[in-house]
Amino acid sequence: MKNKDLYNYILGIADNTLILGQRLGELCGHGPSLETDIACTNISLDLLGQTRSYFQYAAKLKGEDATEDTIAFLRTERQYVNVLLVEQPNIDFAHTIGKQFLFDVYHYLLLEKLQHSKDVNLSAIAHKSIKEVSYHQRFSSDWVKRLGDGTDESKTRMQDAINDLWRYTDELFHTTASDEAMIAQGIGVDVKELKTSYYERVSAILDLAKLDIPESKWFQEGGKKGIHTEHMGYILSDMQYMQRTYPNMTW
Amino acid sequence: MSEEKIKSLEKQFEDRILRDEKIEPKDWMPEKYRQTHIRQISQHAHSEIVGMLPEGNWITRAPSLRRKVALLAKVQDEAGHGLYLYSACETLGISREELYEQLHTGKAKYSSIFNYPTITWADMGAIGWLVDGAAIINQVPLCNTSYGPYARAMVRVCKEESFHQRQGYEIMMTLAKGTPEQKDMAQDALNRWWWPSLMMFGPTDAESVHTAQSMKWKLKRKTNDELRQQFIDQTVPQAELIGLTIPDPDLKWNEERQSYDFGEIDWDEFWQVVKGHGPMNKERMNARVSAWENGAWVRDAAIAYAEKQKEYKSKQAI
Amino acid sequence: MSKNWPLWEIFVRSKNGLEHRHFGSLHAADAEMALENARDVYTRRNEGVSIWVVESKYITASNPEHNGELFEPAQDKVYRHPTFYDIPDEIKHM
Repeated sequence: MKNKDLYNYILGIADNTLILGQRLGELCGHGPSLETDIACTNISLDLLGQTRSYFQYAAKLKGEDATEDTIAFLRTERQYVNVLLVEQPNIDFAHTIGKQFLFDVYHYLLLEKLQHSKDVNLSAIAHKSIKEVSYHQRFSSDWVKRLGDGTDESKTRMQDAINDLWRYTDELFHTTASDEAMIAQGIGVDVKELKTSYYERVSAILDLAKLDIPESKWFQEGGKKGIHTEHMGYILSDMQYMQRTYPNMTW
Repeated sequence: MSEEKIKSLEKQFEDRILRDEKIEPKDWMPEKYRQTHIRQISQHAHSEIVGMLPEGNWITRAPSLRRKVALLAKVQDEAGHGLYLYSACETLGISREELYEQLHTGKAKYSSIFNYPTITWADMGAIGWLVDGAAIINQVPLCNTSYGPYARAMVRVCKEESFHQRQGYEIMMTLAKGTPEQKDMAQDALNRWWWPSLMMFGPTDAESVHTAQSMKWKLKRKTNDELRQQFIDQTVPQAELIGLTIPDPDLKWNEERQSYDFGEIDWDEFWQVVKGHGPMNKERMNARVSAWENGAWVRDAAIAYAEKQKEYKSKQAI
Repeated sequence: MSKNWPLWEIFVRSKNGLEHRHFGSLHAADAEMALENARDVYTRRNEGVSIWVVESKYITASNPEHNGELFEPAQDKVYRHPTFYDIPDEIKHM
């Protein structure tokens, strides 16, 4: 493949939206209220829609018989490069919201920069997606505030979720060799530069939510290198079930 | 109010409906009208949200991204339809929480079709094609029903539902022209969903207790048997077109009636499922109840937060 | 505690130039959430450019029992309509 680095770079973005969208999809029909259920599904649909745009582009780069679906469904676990954060389970609504919030803030900062990518396709996708993500960020921030400053129980749950998920935030700002190559060409976003504003924004919302900002300096990483938490295998066994059981068919 | 006064109000009321006038929430209505509407609209709403579960079961396993987003959007629409219908029902003076309570305690019914399991991907096709197909036949006449809020909700529902059946039929069609394995999967799904779909129209006219009154109030425009026949006549050619076989050896075109004759429906199975002993009754109810109960602390938190904000704002204003 | 989310009425402007129209109702804990829910519930298919939400309890409605005195008196005020006035046929536009 000619554009191996670009291809890898796209997967680095799109695997996040794919797995987060997949995780949110699990909740459809089980939300805490009908209205909230509908809202979460909307976010899932946005994320999966973005994923499709990225993968369609990646499939073109890859050539041969690649399609959005071969990329989405036919890789091995080690070939998925999403961050660990997005694969974390929906233990309760606080975890779902916490995960969404910690990702949304990052996602928005990323797309803001990606709009100015020298790659016109990526810049177009970013331009379209940022409006969706801007809403996601508002939705999840509002809920963090509601749960953080709601009842004693919700406060405890929200704080637990933030504490649990905090260790996965640092990885958002790591780069791979392909990322670095793309940054050098003005195509990729240097996520290292987003880190300060990320923690500022996250802390501001946590403050408003009357939640403590975790002090832990111990972080987990690996997703970007394809080394995932134990949850990932189960996500894939669901997601890939049809494609693996009935190979080479059209659906 | 005197009995005489009520009689005259009832007469005026029935005349209004006869003239195709709509009844609106604050209008006087006979208690029976209110109760019947609460029962039917809530049953309809419950069916939408319980109906999310069998299809929701396949969201994480949909075989392509295109299918995944279509299925998600469809299940989400069902949540929306449930919401429109609960809202319509609430105009009759009952709260959504009370309606949930009725569902969760088994006092209220929902469509029995959702008590069957979705065991293969083809079931997504069969549900969209047959179950939504049957639902549309039941629902379209309701866009003209006498109770305004219900009619308006149904207009929205019907408009949005039009993609659901196409989505299902397209899945079936793709399977039917796929590999032999896929075609078998499609046929198997049709075999399992055909009879329960016919049961969706309810008991035969002879057995149906509500039909006459419902006709008068335009909750129904055709009888169960007429609607069932319409469904069969429209669906059989659709099956033939994609090379699938309706699992009814007695199915035969009747030239004289210009309709299909069909075999005997297993009414024992129908009543067994209605009475709560279908394959998935228990699981469906457990899923609804736990979603509601697990959501309680979330809903409470949102209320507590809203109250704190209000307090905070009023303090600021001083 | 078990207080339920109150009911809100949702009004949507489909496009600029049109008025807000009543679309339906939904439940939400506060106005902010009502707006977000309305966006997700009632504008999934691109149905709107502006949303109003108002808690249902703040709507005062006329009583249908007074329809006679409220609305029927307007029925015979034909002089409010242009067809009440005779003008020569030759005048085409007026």
